[in-house]
Amino acid sequence: MGLISKKDTKLILDPLTDDNPITIQVLGICSALAITAQLKPSIVMAVSVIFVLGLGNVVISLMRNIIPSKIRIIVQLIVVATLVIIVDQVLKAYAYTLSKELSVFIGLIITNCIIMGRFEAFALGNKPWPSFLDGIGNALGYGVILIIVGFFRELLGSGTLFGAQVLGDPVTKTGLYAIGYENNGFMVLPPMALIVVGIIIWVQRSKNPALVEEN
Amino acid sequence: MGLKQSLHKMKMKYEGTKMAPAFNAIHTFLYLPNETTHNGTHIKMADDLKRTMNMVIISLVPCLIFGIFNAGYQANVQLGVVDAAAGFFSPEFWNLDNFSIGAWKVLPLVIVSYGVGLLIEFIFAVIKGHEVEEGYLVTGMLVPLIVPVDIPLWMLAIAVIFGVVIGKEVFGGTGMNILNPALTIRAFLFFAYPTWMSGDKVWVTGAVDTVGQPDAIVGETILGSLAQNNGFQQWDLMDQFLGFIPGSVGETSKLLIIVGALILILSKIGSWRIILSTLVGALTMGLIFNGVVSQGWISESSKFFGLMDVPFWQHLFIGSILFGAVYMATDPVSASQTNKGKWIYGFLIGFISIMIRVFNPAYPEGVFLAILLMNVFAPTIDHYVVEGNIKKRAKRLKVKTA
Repeated sequence: MGLISKKDTKLILDPLTDDNPITIQVLGICSALAITAQLKPSIVMAVSVIFVLGLGNVVISLMRNIIPSKIRIIVQLIVVATLVIIVDQVLKAYAYTLSKELSVFIGLIITNCIIMGRFEAFALGNKPWPSFLDGIGNALGYGVILIIVGFFRELLGSGTLFGAQVLGDPVTKTGLYAIGYENNGFMVLPPMALIVVGIIIWVQRSKNPALVEEN
Repeated sequence: MGLKQSLHKMKMKYEGTKMAPAFNAIHTFLYLPNETTHNGTHIKMADDLKRTMNMVIISLVPCLIFGIFNAGYQANVQLGVVDAAAGFFSPEFWNLDNFSIGAWKVLPLVIVSYGVGLLIEFIFAVIKGHEVEEGYLVTGMLVPLIVPVDIPLWMLAIAVIFGVVIGKEVFGGTGMNILNPALTIRAFLFFAYPTWMSGDKVWVTGAVDTVGQPDAIVGETILGSLAQNNGFQQWDLMDQFLGFIPGSVGETSKLLIIVGALILILSKIGSWRIILSTLVGALTMGLIFNGVVSQGWISESSKFFGLMDVPFWQHLFIGSILFGAVYMATDPVSASQTNKGKWIYGFLIGFISIMIRVFNPAYPEGVFLAILLMNVFAPTIDHYVVEGNIKKRAKRLKVKTA
């Protein structure tokens, strides 16, 4: 048996598609709305969550047998908070402008329900290695949606990708703008993030009807 | 063999296939279908959904025709080609010159609105395998009437796709939508392309192209002017009532909107309760603001003074409150269903419309936002009205049995 068994692959791949934290479990929506107006912050957010959730899951899993269940939420919060502060400080040191752009939302990773959700649902009852994979998988699933949403919102809302003007210059009217195209200001506003996530959910569920909830 | 017969044959031929709904739709749209229901007892009504929709369209036609002439007239007055119109039947207004400019601008809006919207309806009918719904017939007519005349057609097309898909089809199509689709389309345009939906450059055709030139066209609406404390400009009360003012295509003529309202009310299609309560709500808010001004609580230098100082009844003559009350708030799907609920619903629409109009400089007109907001609240209002009724009856029952 190799390092990653079949069961382990499932831990990573499932959250990317059929058990996606955003589109299926509908968790972590708030940050998906807040920071996806552009692609770069979306990616930074995704990476930060991968770090916090992957490591957090391992730490909680290692401590799972010594945490008294009455105070487990507090212990979990301390673990997330510690990891988030590390991320925050690293960003402040090495990518100050990005850190400014993301402002409180890095700090708010603490409240991201995906993280507490995975601690509670998985790390408390599993060994460190599967917990690590589960954390990485879920964070990747979260990140993928963030990046898709960020891609469309930045492209259609600002006409840029990573800040580069891929559709032409709106001021001097080159590229697409020369024929009358204009940026869609609605894409930059938070409601549109919700609608884009909704469309992703719609597409995913019509491709795989088994995912549709009964009401 | 007439067209009806050949359509019927075609329908028979495609029965049960994937494209069947599309053929059925054309047939139903043009003629009365051949088949009738066979068994059971039915309530017979002269007006089905199609006829209801047609009635609304008929009531909109005067506004559309006026809008076409007005689009040309506003541009021509600015250019000095024609003089200001004196009365409603003034030849300065109803002439071929105005019509040709206006038709060239407005008819493409109508065509794009219907073309794109019906295409989406057909696609969804084929995907879902149900009959094409007539709901878009009215929406498609409303949309060109509530946008500025110079809006680029591709923007309109995108907005229509968004409005029909996100505003209506995701909820299950006609009759299931929470929001008024026409207003969803307008809201999309407003937030996506604000420079084309507000400001002083979009309301008169050609104004955008003449920016910075010595003979620049000014396209400010009365509301825009009032919001900047500039008063009513050159338009007097009669102009506002008859509609010789810049504004969205079909909303300017209050006279013709009242005619349309009468058609809707007399044919019992539009709810007079909603129309009336909306106007009462608007007047109430206007009166409150007038009170604030007369009490001296607000100084003339305040940026709200211009709009607050408008006599309360005149709020009905400017902006689109009347159009919204008659054609938008009364949408039977997204409005409240109970009679008591309709009063509350309408009143709040009027009340909030004028509040947004006066207080929010970013939204010179608040009618569409107020109606969308109340669309969302309509089911809640209905719920409490029904609950209240149940409680009242339960109490009565208790008294009787005790």
